[in-house]
Amino acid sequence: MEKADSKRVLTGSHYLDGDHACTEGALAAGCNFIAGYPITPSTEVVERYSRRIPAIGGTFIQMEDEIASITAVLGAVWGGAKAMTVTSGPGFSLMMENIGLAAMLETPCVIVNVMRGGPSTGLPTMVGQADVMQARWGSHGDYEIIALAPQSPQEAFTLMIDAFNLAERYRLPVMVMLDECIGHMTEKVVIPEACEIEIRPRRISTKEKGEYLPYEIGADMVPDMAHAGEGHRYHITGLTHDERGYPAMDAEVHDKLVRRLCDKVREQADDIIMLDEDGMDGAEIVLISYGITSRVARASIEATRAAGIKVGSLRLQTLWPFPEKRIGELAGKVKAFVVPEVNYGQISLEVERCAAGRAQTLLVPHMGGGVHDPAVITRAIEEAAK
Amino acid sequence: MSDAMKRTDQHPLDDILRSDRLPHIWCATCGIGTVVKCFAEAIQRTEIPLDDVAVVSGIGCTGRVAGYVKLDSYHTTHGRAIPFATGLKLANPRLKVVVFSGDGDLSAIGGNHLIHAARRNMDLTVICVNNFIYGMTGGQAAPTTPNTANTSTTPFGAFEPPFNLQKLLEACGASYQARWTSLHVRRLTNSMTEALLKPGFSFVEAIAPCSTLYARRNRLGSGFDLMKFYHDNSEIQHGADPREVDISFQDSIIVGKFIDRERPTWQQLNDAQHNRSLGEKYFRHDIVEAGGEVSDA
Ligand code: SF4
Repeated sequence: MEKADSKRVLTGSHYLDGDHACTEGALAAGCNFIAGYPITPSTEVVERYSRRIPAIGGTFIQMEDEIASITAVLGAVWGGAKAMTVTSGPGFSLMMENIGLAAMLETPCVIVNVMRGGPSTGLPTMVGQADVMQARWGSHGDYEIIALAPQSPQEAFTLMIDAFNLAERYRLPVMVMLDECIGHMTEKVVIPEACEIEIRPRRISTKEKGEYLPYEIGADMVPDMAHAGEGHRYHITGLTHDERGYPAMDAEVHDKLVRRLCDKVREQADDIIMLDEDGMDGAEIVLISYGITSRVARASIEATRAAGIKVGSLRLQTLWPFPEKRIGELAGKVKAFVVPEVNYGQISLEVERCAAGRAQTLLVPHMGGGVHDPAVITRAIEEAAK
Repeated sequence: MSDAMKRTDQHPLDDILRSDRLPHIWCATCGIGTVVKCFAEAIQRTEIPLDDVAVVSGIGCTGRVAGYVKLDSYHTTHGRAIPFATGLKLANPRLKVVVFSGDGDLSAIGGNHLIHAARRNMDLTVICVNNFIYGMTGGQAAPTTPNTANTSTTPFGAFEPPFNLQKLLEACGASYQARWTSLHVRRLTNSMTEALLKPGFSFVEAIAPCSTLYARRNRLGSGFDLMKFYHDNSEIQHGADPREVDISFQDSIIVGKFIDRERPTWQQLNDAQHNRSLGEKYFRHDIVEAGGEVSDA
């Protein structure tokens, strides 16, 4: 690991909204290229970047649409940049094909989605958490990504750094799934000294010219990268490919490639997943939440604990890969999982799958446009405890 | 083996083409092959170090070009070669970034990127093999298909007005534009050389036969017959008004260098504006840190 560049780190205590904290996290992480397209409620991230970057060093380009934005990000990464794009639901949908290309080419990059109410144009200025399944499954074919969900501007800052580090470690797209409430809420954000921020450098091949194979792997299944212009004169393609990066369209090569694209994440899931747990000892009910909903549910957890119900809280900082193992363990011990989310049931389906009938899963949906009334979550916990 | 013998074993373009990927997938007498050869020669002629050239392709028959050039080469998604190339160029301004793709890829699904890259005068060279049809998917109509041409999706003749790509890009602001047929080998190579050396958005259109689908469906003989037809029925008019160079079905084709003008590139405009607004505070940063100087162009 390396240390962050002090020129890029706005050390100190600030009053920032989640979108702006996101920009500062990206800058601290070393992001020197953003291609983006305006969309509410995420635009503030790139607005701040376009203001900050000229004096720091890096490029901002406003592209003609979100498809161009994500694709320019991929090109920039292969040209040597640390790059990201920023969007919300409709733009996220447009990016999906090239998020698949990012996964296929194993391009380290970050995509921020400040979620609003959908489907379609939905509720452009109001909160939603309904893109969490799309983050995982939105592009065609089998692949894995990593997705993180901050619950505050402070955490938006730190998870952006984690996102870039994970992208470089596993060479894949990492999504930071804010929601409109987190994006637009202003709170104190403490940005540490640059020397306290760990940055994972890119895995650059040390092979001699002529020796480099773009998809040759070591023990961790992740290949080393070479940028354009480094003299390797390599080829890469979105077609099914072999170690040389050459198209090799047969079932055997495809099997090996798809397994690796997935297994490089699945086998490291324990290292990747970040969870914030409390009150798990002896819990009979576990409330599983993420993003703004974790903040809303706090009142419900306190109220039901005060009423004598043993409620544990499991907050997902990592949405994907999903914490199958942890939820499986808990399912054997608790009576029920209560899952409030600002959608009509997405993460709750995963919880149900992992619980595999050993504990009940109770979805507390809220369609978006606002957050839950804590009383509704309280009632769900009481119901589950009966 | 002596050095002299080794040399005779080699094709003069072995340095640029991936011989380990041959045979290629293209049909016999397809026009793409000659265009690739012209490109390889043009690259050599520019004397740009091969390590500094990157080729980006989209999807389709021409989209496969990236896979046959021994350069840093990226075979991306359908229509998205230009935005990928834009990112590559902005991250490493030292690179000469070339987009090599077909008319359908560049002007239909990728049309929005094509016009915006020309508008920005992004420093890219775009080589468009225009064969008036979608080859890879089996001969469907393209935005360039001339009226009355038979394609698998216009079995009774094409009727939509086709794009004149030269007119489109002139209006958008490209710095350099030329059109030749794939049999104008020398002139096409010259134009590609000029385009590669021209700062800003340059566009070289190569009218080429799709032998298997377009020629066969329209009973135009072999690919070579059609290549010869295009060549023999072309009229060289350098500096022709791009508005006047529409292409009709099996009619004469106006070829030549149409546009060669000076416009600042995106990077130059970006730097100039930030210099004006921020003065010394502006930090011109070239992302690439790998050795070698970065051009200030
Ligand atoms: S289908 Fe047409 S364009 Fe494609 S390789 Fe064959 S002849 Fe060329």
